[in-house]
Amino acid sequence: MAFINASSPYQSNKRKTSEIMRWVILCLIPGIAIQSYYFGFANLIQIFIAALTALICEGFILHMRKRPITVTLKDNSALLTAILIAISIPPLSPWWVVTIGCGFAIIFVKQLYGGLGQNIFNPAMAAYVLLLIAFPVQMTSWLPMHDLQSIDMSFIDQLSCILTGSTRDGYSLQQLTSNIDGLSMATPLDITKNALNAGFTISEILQRAAFANSSWQAIQWVNIGFLFGGGILLYKRIIQYTIPLSFLLGLSVFSFIAFAYAPDLNTTPIFHLFSGATMLGAFFILTDPVSAATTQKGRILYGLLIALLVVLIRNIGGYPDAVAFAVLLANICVPLIDYYSQPRVYGGRT
Amino acid sequence: MSQENIEISPEKSKQIKKPVYKELLLQGLWKNNPGIVQLLGLCPLLAITNTMTNALGLGLATLFVLIASNTLISLIRHHVTAAIRIPIFVMIIASLVTCVQLLMNAFTYNLYLSLGIFIPLIVTNCIIIGRAEAFASKNSVAHSAFDGFAMGLGFLGVLFLLGTIREILAQGSIFSGIETLLGSWAKVLTITLYTTDTKFLLAALPPGAFIIMGLILALKNSLDNKIKNKKKRPENASSINSVSK
Repeated sequence: MAFINASSPYQSNKRKTSEIMRWVILCLIPGIAIQSYYFGFANLIQIFIAALTALICEGFILHMRKRPITVTLKDNSALLTAILIAISIPPLSPWWVVTIGCGFAIIFVKQLYGGLGQNIFNPAMAAYVLLLIAFPVQMTSWLPMHDLQSIDMSFIDQLSCILTGSTRDGYSLQQLTSNIDGLSMATPLDITKNALNAGFTISEILQRAAFANSSWQAIQWVNIGFLFGGGILLYKRIIQYTIPLSFLLGLSVFSFIAFAYAPDLNTTPIFHLFSGATMLGAFFILTDPVSAATTQKGRILYGLLIALLVVLIRNIGGYPDAVAFAVLLANICVPLIDYYSQPRVYGGRT
Repeated sequence: MSQENIEISPEKSKQIKKPVYKELLLQGLWKNNPGIVQLLGLCPLLAITNTMTNALGLGLATLFVLIASNTLISLIRHHVTAAIRIPIFVMIIASLVTCVQLLMNAFTYNLYLSLGIFIPLIVTNCIIIGRAEAFASKNSVAHSAFDGFAMGLGFLGVLFLLGTIREILAQGSIFSGIETLLGSWAKVLTITLYTTDTKFLLAALPPGAFIIMGLILALKNSLDNKIKNKKKRPENASSINSVSK
């Protein structure tokens, strides 16, 4: 029997990157499943295309950089990035949207900065912002939820729509994203923003048919799915509670302040918590160990900063959802936050 | 301001007359290119290169100002005391830019409108004051004028390259709106390469300009590395030979 000479702490749980990433991917499943239930299986096709692109790009660039390919591909980080991109874009967007997004995320945001662990920005969110800026029409064409779709689509139809731009019967994306009444569909955040700009108050908007028919219910459930997955991540101690907690608390407080100040112009905290990418962001995107703050105090600040930015951009800014922008802006601040929030060394002076 | 600028003393330049111009041209176009090596004037470089016409218009205006300012500053270099040289340089450059602005207002009005604030902003372009300070105030008139030409051409080249890539990506065309610069005959130059319903908007926006600029820089650096490696290899080979001998 041999004693292992190791320094303290003697009991530690060493998790490999691949294992952590695998757990994060597994915990995404509830949210993805609910998304599929309401919007059809198109998101699975997107995930497949995204994963394929991401792995090919990663392999290609690793080959160019003369780094080990199979070991790096097996750490599942490219796969996770791909899945995050695929589920944040509209399910029926054309195949080249997700391809460009994944290529950009892996090649530009991740590998050009030096690969996993070196990237300043969250690759998935940088890609999302790139796509939103480059293709605003495709990136806002969300499907109405299943019950309200005017055209019934099979899996094959959705596949054909992603690959060729129309279903087998020749319906275009434009027609598919309209609901029974022929109204173009948008996310609840979109509808609220447009109606507010048109001069309606929040209470009026909530009563309007457009909002009732929107995918509000579905998106709420998707958010609950991601909240559930995030709970598992917390339970398994893959992520720490600091960032999600400070983000969600901050979001509630800031949106409540805005709501209390002008209830007709600002949406309720509940609406903020369960719309858009709030829960996906809180548990799966903000907690990215590479681009988030690393100190305990810094993490709290990081979560609060993103919450503040999200509320500001959603309530005042031009874009309906804000998580991606807020995350990128906070990523820029991370080196500064980390620098000023270093914990005191034990025994050192304050 | 870059500190890598070459300084050619008058005596040296007399000794080797021909290669000076070649060296200046090489410095302006490649080794010390204001756009992709010194990274000066990034504001117009990124903001205005959304079409080839805009890039060409601003590039030519900058080229003209650079040649003229370098010449004038070189002419008065013995009469200006060091303490007040910068304000005098700026005044000369500002008057030249005003001339260019008025000329463009008169002859290429539409281009003048589409370039907007970036024509008067040539005054603040670091390339011009940089060349004035680093080169024109120390060298002969002929050399200074040629340096202005080489640097301006280098900057124009980068602007034009960036403009070409961005216009092709964003609009799928070449030389759209060139008639605003060259007159109505130039409409034949406009070529539409492809048309799509979904334009790649990013290329037309500043973030796209930054990304494409980064790619051009990477390309330039990798070319430089290749050239360096090629130059090194024969030396290595010869040294090995000498050792074996």
